[in-house]
Amino acid sequence: MTPSPSIPLFEEVVNGFNKLSVSGGTKKESSDLRRTRQSAFEKFRALGGFPSIRNEDWRYTNLARFLKDEFTIEGWEVTESNDGPSDNGSSARSEIPAPDGSLLKKAHIAGLDCYQIVLVNGSWDGRVEGGELPKGIQLLKVADARQDPALSVYFEKQAGWNEPFANLNAALFTDGLFVRVDAGVVIEKPLHIIHLYTSENNLLVQPRNVWVINKNAELSAIESIVSGGKGIIWVNGLSDVLVHADARFHHTMLQTAGMGVRLIQHTNVRQHRQSLYNNFTITLPGADLVRNDLQTRLEEDHTETHLYGLYLTAGNQLVDNHTLVDHQKPHCLSNELYKGVLLEQSTGVFNGKVYVHQDAQKTNAFQQNNNLVISPKATIDSKPQLEIFADDVKCSHGSTVGQFSEEALFYLRARGIGEETAKGLLINAFAFDVTEKIRIPEVETHVNELISFHIPANHA
Amino acid sequence: MLTIKNLHAEVEEKQILKGINLSVNAGEVHAIMGPNGSGKSSLASVLAGRENYHVTQGEILFSGMNLLDMSPEVRAREGLFLAFQYPIEIPGVSNINFLKTALAEIRVHKGLPPLDAKEFLRMSREKQKLVEFDAQLVNRSLNEGFSGGEKKRNEIFQLAMLEPKLSILDETDSGLDIDALRIVSKGVNKLRSENNAFIIITHYQRLLEYIVPDFVHVLYDGRIVKSGTKELALELEEKGYDWLKEEAREKATTI
Repeated sequence: MTPSPSIPLFEEVVNGFNKLSVSGGTKKESSDLRRTRQSAFEKFRALGGFPSIRNEDWRYTNLARFLKDEFTIEGWEVTESNDGPSDNGSSARSEIPAPDGSLLKKAHIAGLDCYQIVLVNGSWDGRVEGGELPKGIQLLKVADARQDPALSVYFEKQAGWNEPFANLNAALFTDGLFVRVDAGVVIEKPLHIIHLYTSENNLLVQPRNVWVINKNAELSAIESIVSGGKGIIWVNGLSDVLVHADARFHHTMLQTAGMGVRLIQHTNVRQHRQSLYNNFTITLPGADLVRNDLQTRLEEDHTETHLYGLYLTAGNQLVDNHTLVDHQKPHCLSNELYKGVLLEQSTGVFNGKVYVHQDAQKTNAFQQNNNLVISPKATIDSKPQLEIFADDVKCSHGSTVGQFSEEALFYLRARGIGEETAKGLLINAFAFDVTEKIRIPEVETHVNELISFHIPANHA
Repeated sequence: MLTIKNLHAEVEEKQILKGINLSVNAGEVHAIMGPNGSGKSSLASVLAGRENYHVTQGEILFSGMNLLDMSPEVRAREGLFLAFQYPIEIPGVSNINFLKTALAEIRVHKGLPPLDAKEFLRMSREKQKLVEFDAQLVNRSLNEGFSGGEKKRNEIFQLAMLEPKLSILDETDSGLDIDALRIVSKGVNKLRSENNAFIIITHYQRLLEYIVPDFVHVLYDGRIVKSGTKELALELEEKGYDWLKEEAREKATTI
């Protein structure tokens, strides 16, 4: 495939990558990592650059209207002048805008006792709120970690990626967050990461995040996204999650970015023996485009995986959730529930793939996708995909698309509850199957309030 | 309180109510009986404002206002309450939050200040006790996983909380065992007052042994064919509905 040269962003990333090879921004990285960047970029080009609807994985998500704008790439200009890792944890970058108080307030989770950090356009200033981090958890800037020979390996594994955006990030990333929890350590308080994206000009930001949860360790993390500024911001995020044997990671993503944000989030999870990974992906009205690629690879036996998704879409939003649960070994359990509420002219896509390898006997794999289409102009494409090559497994999947229950609506109205309020209650109730699973009550309340906030009168 | 004049209504283009006249005053309990398919539940649906019922003729005055002009929620806020024959299960909406929302909207409508959390809780406890409703059910999702009896008792609990002027009990006795029937009836009897009224729709006379009506009406083929006092219910119990059907047919042919 030859990429269309008419996409300005394509020109920009090609220039960016060429600049990267000559600028010396990667000179302190390992040669393996530099080779990885090179091969990832070649892969991105070989895949045809930015995907079109001819690509099966992007069939329902047409990027054409989003790719017309011009963007500049965040990162390299600054890194060029940054000669080596900063040793005090604070950034040498001078151009990070000061976090906007009102935007941070939006991400604040009332009553939640947590460690809180803020990343502005993918970059962390090293500050932690909510108390000193306990022993056994390390937070590092990726700008530093990628130049650390001991950590380099975490950025090098690219095998099996056929995703253009993941490859683009792997080729061009400069910063992000590296989180590691030591073996046997249970971090009691959740970690709240606020990703703030703000720019007055159009910007491409490519945060790279790495999570390493070592043996028998446990962590709860909440990642909130908020945005501001006049520029269009394209966020192409790549997260690698490694959950080692017997470890437990509860991972919540609250995608509350505003209009003018195009968010692509690729999350690559690997699970080892008897580990547990819980993911909550909550997407709310705002961002023009959200595409989540959540891939969990169960590389060893007896793992447990729960994927819960909730997407509430409005305006002209396009929200696409692609998930993969890859059962490679026996005795693993995966359970997936994604619920969508579609308002106005918005479009939703759900594509859930469960792959059970021949080796993966005694697999339990469940998947469910339910959609509530509120407006006649909203659409949803739901596509469950099960590919099973083992014979002794329990697998199920289901997909529904429906409207408000007239009976339920009448029951509420017959008690004096106005139609709009009744609809709001029913939307909250529909989302309840997902929100009630959130293990942290303050986060559950926060999510419910976000939902209520987005369902004003006449929204439908 | 309620005046129904020559009410005709249809559902899916089928004529169900064919000229109902009924007047209910404050302090009264009216029982509406009749065989299956006579239009009893349809009458309840029309009163509550179910949208698939279309009134083709006649009028309904509620506290002097035209009921048919009001949306279901406005009827409820004005003090009309329908205890459903089949209460709906709504997983994810907590019983108590549902009542709080309903009560808040009713109070706004009446120009009353909102109840604070403490007052609401006190009221809720008091009414639970009054109608013998299990406190644990109050905090659960609305009717979800409730037994048939628990659902009906929840209707009466809601009735107690919302304090309507006119309550319509649509076959509240169906599917109830004797104990549940006794508890439901006791609740209703405690809630009866000079200022409110009840319309009790039932197929059987059994409920009327517990809730003694002032008037009994027999609905057949979309019309009230006979009205009387509580003795009429006993007569129906003894003789069934066939003699009334005969009477109605004769009447129809003579007209």
